[in-house]
Amino acid sequence: MNFFADPVNAITSWLTAVFTGWGLSPLVSQIILTVLGAGLLATTAMVFVIVLIWAERKIGGRVQDRPGPNRVGPWGIFQSIADMLKIFTKEYITPIGADWLPFNLAPILAVAAVLGVWAVMPLYSTAAGSRVDVGILYIIACGAIGELGIILAGLSSNNKYAMLGGFRAVAQLISYEVPMVISLLIPVMYAGSMEVGAIVESQKVWNIALAPLAALLFFITSIAENGRAPFDLIEADSELVAGFNIEYSGLKFGMFYVADFLHAFTSALVFSTIFLGGWQGPAAETIPILGFLYLMLKTLLVYLFMLILRFTLPRFRIDQMMNVNWKFLTPLSLVTLMVTAVVDKLLSAQTLVIRMGGLWAANVILWLAADRCITLLRRPNHSRFIAPQRPLARPELESSINAEPGGQA
Amino acid sequence: MNLPQLLFLVTAAVTLFGAVMMVTSRRMVHSALWLILTLLGVGMVFVHLQAGFFAVVQVLVYVGAIAILVLFAVMLTRHSMNDSGSQTNRYWIPALLMTLIVGMLVTFAFLNWPASHLAMDPMTGPEMDIAKLGLELVSPQGYLIPFEATSILLLAALVGAIYVASDHKEK
Repeated sequence: MNFFADPVNAITSWLTAVFTGWGLSPLVSQIILTVLGAGLLATTAMVFVIVLIWAERKIGGRVQDRPGPNRVGPWGIFQSIADMLKIFTKEYITPIGADWLPFNLAPILAVAAVLGVWAVMPLYSTAAGSRVDVGILYIIACGAIGELGIILAGLSSNNKYAMLGGFRAVAQLISYEVPMVISLLIPVMYAGSMEVGAIVESQKVWNIALAPLAALLFFITSIAENGRAPFDLIEADSELVAGFNIEYSGLKFGMFYVADFLHAFTSALVFSTIFLGGWQGPAAETIPILGFLYLMLKTLLVYLFMLILRFTLPRFRIDQMMNVNWKFLTPLSLVTLMVTAVVDKLLSAQTLVIRMGGLWAANVILWLAADRCITLLRRPNHSRFIAPQRPLARPELESSINAEPGGQA
Repeated sequence: MNLPQLLFLVTAAVTLFGAVMMVTSRRMVHSALWLILTLLGVGMVFVHLQAGFFAVVQVLVYVGAIAILVLFAVMLTRHSMNDSGSQTNRYWIPALLMTLIVGMLVTFAFLNWPASHLAMDPMTGPEMDIAKLGLELVSPQGYLIPFEATSILLLAALVGAIYVASDHKEK
């Protein structure tokens, strides 16, 4: 096996040979290899966050027409390392009245849930942590554990802002799970399997070309699941100071921070795996490591798009956020699922071009219909702000003020 | 004792410990957390039985939805949930006796059940197919009627929840 074409399996078979040479049983050596692989994958992902944080701040700066970090090292690339060292030295503060167990469990759950998703991701054609046959469900279940972390943090901090952040987390994350799961059903339907590797292999044509609306819905909902702008209501700094993580300090805050950035990158990874063909690309079958390159390229592109959205759009109001989900995304995803199933079944015997054309036509019609429905069913805005009558310093002069234009009340 | 048995015993011990802690801990939040541990333990039992689908659904539905709902309820009623009274009432001795008798009966029944002495058959590829489960759920020879009845029940619960939650305007 060529090391440069397929490093993971080359190292695995070499280590297995070494362990067998030491006289270990195959089961023990497999357990050691699994633990090693999991540790290596998780550590690499966490270390990669250092680069991600720098890139995000730099790109964010460029989008908002400012330089971004530019003091520590060339282009500020060591800024995250300096921040990391600073965060290591900070004191852990546990507020009075905090619930010790949930308070300390929350950051661990937040990071672990994100790292768990990486276990089922096929990095290239022959390397995946685990080929679980219910991979998609597993990814969603990991997301649920992450929500649990945020809720516990809000609940146990003994702080009203954290509590509000926790409430919003429940409202937002659980609501947006519904359209996300439904839009993920469409690629599952195409592949006929819930295993992530099988979904990647089934994409001779990328799923985004067969299910554009599902891809869009998944993209929107995954941003909402990250809790990033325009859905950053969980930690809306202008309303909740910092939301659920307000009482955390030192490395405990750092873990939430890492989880946040890693979650965004992982969402981009899931999106490019499920909708953009994963490791598929020219010569990815013969030289597997190229697949990893393609996957990272796609992921970084999706991530860049997420960043541009994050630094461009303003935040939703909480009622708008709920309305968008329950009155638009959820019905649309349900209708899309049904229409896609029917159209794909009708056109399954046709050539690829006809099938793709039919699916695109159905998706565009659905989108236009949804857009039209919004316009037609829009209710007059009841929550219009009516300015209260301002008290006058000298009410007896009111008539004279109204009489002369330009007078100051 | 081989490795799977050891794993099963550890899982069972953790699950039972979580269950006991759930009913004995005084703070509702801690109870909810122990409940989550118990549910994860049950999920591990499903993994042990090679039912990966059920394990993941267990985590998804019970930990991801139901435990979070419990936590949400705790959040809404935060200060009334710190129980400082006695954790038992005066019927605890009869309750303990009844529990012991029922537990022993169930154990006895299982020990006399011939299938409980059989070794576990390892599942092979096609039997783990989720598609089979899905087809079985919607086939008229299978579980179509219970499945549809459940969905109607859930729909009724949904409509009821919306009715309860909506503010009724007096006409």
